[in-house]
Amino acid sequence: MTDVARRRGTIRQGEAASGWLFTAPVLALLALFLVIPILMALWVSFSDWGGRGSPFAAGVHFVGLKNYETITRGGGLAEQNFGQSLRNNLWYVILVVPIQTTIALVLASLVNSQRLKGRGFFRTAFYFPSVTSSVAITVLWLFLFNTTGAVNKVLSWVGIHGPNWFNEPQGVLHAILGAFGATNGPGALVNHGFLGVSWWDWLAGPSWAMSALILLAVFTTSGTFMLLFLAALQNLSGDLQEAAMVDGANAWERFTRITLPQLRPTLFTVVTLGLIGCWQVFDQVYVATDGGPDGTTLTPAFLSYQASFINQDWGQGAAIAFILFVIIVVFTLIQRWVLRERAVSKRRRLNPVPAKVAGLPVGEVER
Amino acid sequence: MRPRRWTTGRMAAQSTLYAVLVVLALVYIFPFLIQIATTFKTDPDAAANPLSLVPNPFSLAAINKLFTNSDFPLWFLNSAIVTVFVTIGRVLFDSLAGYALARLHFRGRNIIFAGLVAVMAVPNVVLLIPKFLVLNQLSIYDSYVGLIVPLMTDAAGVFIMKGFFESIPVAVEEAARIDGAGTFRLFWSVVLPMAQPALVTIVILSFQGSWNEFSHFVVAAQNPALTTLTKGVATLASGSLGSGTQYPLKLAAAMIMTIPVAVMFFIFQKRIMNQSEGAVKE
Repeated sequence: MTDVARRRGTIRQGEAASGWLFTAPVLALLALFLVIPILMALWVSFSDWGGRGSPFAAGVHFVGLKNYETITRGGGLAEQNFGQSLRNNLWYVILVVPIQTTIALVLASLVNSQRLKGRGFFRTAFYFPSVTSSVAITVLWLFLFNTTGAVNKVLSWVGIHGPNWFNEPQGVLHAILGAFGATNGPGALVNHGFLGVSWWDWLAGPSWAMSALILLAVFTTSGTFMLLFLAALQNLSGDLQEAAMVDGANAWERFTRITLPQLRPTLFTVVTLGLIGCWQVFDQVYVATDGGPDGTTLTPAFLSYQASFINQDWGQGAAIAFILFVIIVVFTLIQRWVLRERAVSKRRRLNPVPAKVAGLPVGEVER
Repeated sequence: MRPRRWTTGRMAAQSTLYAVLVVLALVYIFPFLIQIATTFKTDPDAAANPLSLVPNPFSLAAINKLFTNSDFPLWFLNSAIVTVFVTIGRVLFDSLAGYALARLHFRGRNIIFAGLVAVMAVPNVVLLIPKFLVLNQLSIYDSYVGLIVPLMTDAAGVFIMKGFFESIPVAVEEAARIDGAGTFRLFWSVVLPMAQPALVTIVILSFQGSWNEFSHFVVAAQNPALTTLTKGVATLASGSLGSGTQYPLKLAAAMIMTIPVAVMFFIFQKRIMNQSEGAVKE
């Protein structure tokens, strides 16, 4: 063995030790505050732990799926609350994800042009709400949306008598139906339901209170996602655009048939992040409504907190958290499947060329 | 004829674009202007003229009350303490781990990397109960340690550092290594100083993240002496300081807690706005 080779050998050996040493703090912290806690909570969700002492103490028993059953088919308040929280959050997701994605894309397209004067100012204006804390901005929202607040003042200019936003439990779809005189649902919908909530109530739409939170989410997240779209737009090569222009495609055609397919990886990222974020609404509910009015802003995340920390039903709280985890995973998988299949086939049909271009490392921006 | 029609059409399109942008920018900025104005209003003025940007009369009562008649200064101090320690921790731990994953060859590196990816996928709210359980078991519930240490590392920061270290040419380290520098020495005095741009990113992200953190503080402590700004302002929002709506007071609290992140944002604005673009272009 030559001198150099020997030295290199010892260096490699030393590297293994320092490798583990360097990663040790991160590994220890993540194990301590992530991996072990999750295993503990999983145990709690199968136990009758009451919140006192250790969940591993002798007096704590394994109760199987009892906690999960109480919230999914117990027939009591726990099931009703869980059903309602799912209903509320489902409407939140259905409305927030498409709206925030569309607005972010529109904002990014508007401020993308190099010739645009003051584009730095506009980007800053759209991004600033994303910087502020969720608590601070929720406080501001409570002021803007109070009964005699700024939003209702503006609505009154166009003759609309704004609702009592944070105190109005009625669903917006029910409100619209009510305006046409339909105040009672058909018996089939009213008398049957799922998870303790009647079908009629599942279809009520978000309450006015939830609608205010939906607008808040769009306001605060569209800026972040605008930045992601902007980064992707600036990475596109102009060649395809020029070719299409020569072929006589107008701006709208160029956008939908060339730009949009190329943005697919970013679109995917934005929708995934949006879905994951939307299923976790907690701060805003905690600050603004505490789940009210009439439970119409309860979300599984808040309910899990409430069940555990307020009502001391730790097993149920943990069970709700794990069901929420599964929901997020399932939704992400569905979204992955839907977006991938449809986008690929559509693009093949319209234009076989950009497939390669779409493979550009735009996904890098996720970092 | 054709070129001229093209230009008038173009000008119309341009002015429409600017009009749309200005209206949109107003929608995004106006709430904050209202917030600032309301801070200096009296309670009746805030209730009667929620849209007005001119306080009438101008009043410092809300801010006075916040600083002399509430725990607001204590909350501010707690947030500052937490943010400083969390940021130091993240800069150190994330860069150490990022360097190891990018440069050091050792068995288990790929497993660690896969583990980090998996960890990032766990939703934060699922962790509320688990965190409380562990803090309780470790007897650090209701302590600064419990507020700070769990936030001291984040997988995303490790990835940012890893990506940056991979972009530095290996030759730099080889030279120092031949001069006999040990691995830590190499990391500390050669590589880390070069990583300044990535470190700034980590500082921005962890400052913003820990200053604005809320749910962790809700489950990690209940002692009023350990209340941070987010938690304190949340209790203010539910009307803990006397009767009435007190919107000027609440909005003043919310505005002042926004100032540090806003200052940070405007100092590093270029970097923040170009961060994601730069990640690909450079």
